[in-house]
Amino acid sequence: MQRSLEPTPLLKADGIKKYFPVKRGFLQKTAGWIKAVDGVDIKIGKGKILGLVGESGCGKTTLGRLILKLLEPDDGRIFFNGDDLTDLTHKEMKSYRMQMQIIFQDPYGSLNPRMTVGNTIDEGVRLLKKNGRAHRKERIKELLSMVGLPGNVADRYPHEFSGGQRQRIGIARALSVEPELIVCDEPVSALDVSIQAQIINLLLKLRDELHLTYLFIAHDLNVVHFISDDLAVMYLGHIMEYGPSDTIYASPLHPYTKILMAAIPIPEPGAGKAFNPPEGDVPTPYNPPPGCKFQGRCPLVEDRCRQHEIDFYPTSDGRYVRCWKVI
Amino acid sequence: MKDFEKTISTPGGGVLEAPKRSMFYMFWRLFRKNRTAVAGMLIFFVFFVVAIAGVLLTTGSEPILDPSLVRLQEKLRPPFSKPLYENLRPYEIPRMGIYILGTDELGRDVFARMLQGAWVSLTVGFVAVGISVIIGVILGGWAGYYGSNKIIAGHVLGIFLIVLGTVWLFTDQMVSGVVLFLIGIFLTGFVGKINQQSGKNYSGKGFLLFPVLSIDGLITGLIDIMLCFPSFFLILTVVALLPSSIYNIMIIIGLTSWMGAARFVRAEFLSLREMDFITASRALGVNDGRIIFLHMIPNAIAPVLVSATIGIATAILTEAGLSFLGFGVPPPYATWGNILSNGKNFLFDAPWLTFVPGIAILIVVLAFNLFGEGLRDALNPKLRERL
Repeated sequence: MQRSLEPTPLLKADGIKKYFPVKRGFLQKTAGWIKAVDGVDIKIGKGKILGLVGESGCGKTTLGRLILKLLEPDDGRIFFNGDDLTDLTHKEMKSYRMQMQIIFQDPYGSLNPRMTVGNTIDEGVRLLKKNGRAHRKERIKELLSMVGLPGNVADRYPHEFSGGQRQRIGIARALSVEPELIVCDEPVSALDVSIQAQIINLLLKLRDELHLTYLFIAHDLNVVHFISDDLAVMYLGHIMEYGPSDTIYASPLHPYTKILMAAIPIPEPGAGKAFNPPEGDVPTPYNPPPGCKFQGRCPLVEDRCRQHEIDFYPTSDGRYVRCWKVI
Repeated sequence: MKDFEKTISTPGGGVLEAPKRSMFYMFWRLFRKNRTAVAGMLIFFVFFVVAIAGVLLTTGSEPILDPSLVRLQEKLRPPFSKPLYENLRPYEIPRMGIYILGTDELGRDVFARMLQGAWVSLTVGFVAVGISVIIGVILGGWAGYYGSNKIIAGHVLGIFLIVLGTVWLFTDQMVSGVVLFLIGIFLTGFVGKINQQSGKNYSGKGFLLFPVLSIDGLITGLIDIMLCFPSFFLILTVVALLPSSIYNIMIIIGLTSWMGAARFVRAEFLSLREMDFITASRALGVNDGRIIFLHMIPNAIAPVLVSATIGIATAILTEAGLSFLGFGVPPPYATWGNILSNGKNFLFDAPWLTFVPGIAILIVVLAFNLFGEGLRDALNPKLRERL
């Protein structure tokens, strides 16, 4: 790793891994491992948005949880503002928890159905411990208006709201502890297209107003392109291509990224082109073969891809690609 | 793609102006559609009122209805008969001037005894179920939330030493008892500490850290073992060993019926633990106590309340069965079970002695079961479409 002159990134992950054991049989012996996240390096500068795309089951969500230390990584280091979070205990983590928050995909499962919206947001507001009861109420109203909801919804229950409104409440809860980094775990996937645009614009507005940093997980490439500064393409626990979002969209290098980009529908009648899906099945991350993770579906595959681990190669235009054929 | 309108449109006002609908209102709207459940609930409230009226009317130094006043000259009078005033001494004259439910073989007023028994049934039902729900929620919640934590060999050894030390304390080996007890406490605490800092190297003490069993495994094992016993015979055995009192019966019924509640709570906790709103609370740094009591239990308690309602019916039946067999509440005190038990000797001469408590038990148990099933249907979202 070469030392750079850039300021320390807000978040940096160094080769983090998470393997889930697969247990079989009567005695629940560990039969193998699901390599959900298999050595991922990312970094996000302050105020930037890193988009993370990939198919279902490629480890995007697990990576998000690892970064927040909601799951313990098996290997690798996580740095937040230069502080190493990897070995912190529950107690020591507490002060960092408030600086990193999460927004969920499912607006129906992310709010406690037995708690009013006000109390849900108050969970975070009270943790700041700097306000009395009356002040907390004011703060809740302020947070609600920040996400575009009237203040009088505070004493209503989640079932009275639509999906988009619930997502706004979820954002207000994340903002309640005044975080610096928010992991957005597919925040718009479950919403209508028109509501998606509203929520994305809200996230961008909040980023500008509150100087937030996002890790934006999604599988909608258009959405990710619109919102993110940098892009990471993930496949079976590996980052395949990583770099400035516009560069990757303009000229994808990795064969997997190329296939993904080719799958983006063009919103124009008659412009549809024949899309050839990659051959082969989506492999499971359970005991994958050695070599490149994409070997089973790659059009460029050669023997070397099946035998050697493929490195992360830097390119001249400032990105990284995990493929030796295209550099 | 970059030309999305960068404005925040306020969400439509229509939904926000709709009348506020609380969770309770939603529940009640579903519940009242179920006629039998509403009938069950009404009987539930009537029974409640009767039992409380019963305890007010039958206690005190000069009760309005004395359930234990013996009038041998008035024995086995049928229901709705008037007392024969010429045979009665002044203090024996019933205040109401009528035996609504007749008298028993000692001339005691069955109505007064039924009222007294209603209070017994009510308290036995509620206290026993209260005990079982408390035990069930604690054990089930523990298994569900902390279930994956391992019990390590050091803990087992430490607790064994504590128990052994306690036993020795009460024999003549006081000193060694104290020593063992202290070693046990130290070992349990110390092992827990090094278990937390598992990254560090404690050579030579590895066997103390050997995981024996998960907490979940221990508690589900305990539940399965408790379910193996035919509980009524277990209760009979225990009651035969203990002095018979109403409190012992409540406690024993409670201690042998918590398994259902524990299973429900465990299952609910296991699924709730993975819900996003719990993850959100953990990400905020909310402490475990708050998560458990404010987020998990309110969402997990509905099926427990349903099974508790049906459990009250079962506890009332169990108490009646014990009293019928003569192991229940001791005789001068009337319960529905021992009224029934006495009455069976006079089944042909005085059938009301059997039928009155029998029908009362039937109605109350049926009402609780119907109420409980109605609650379950209204609280379980998966059944909602069918209603």
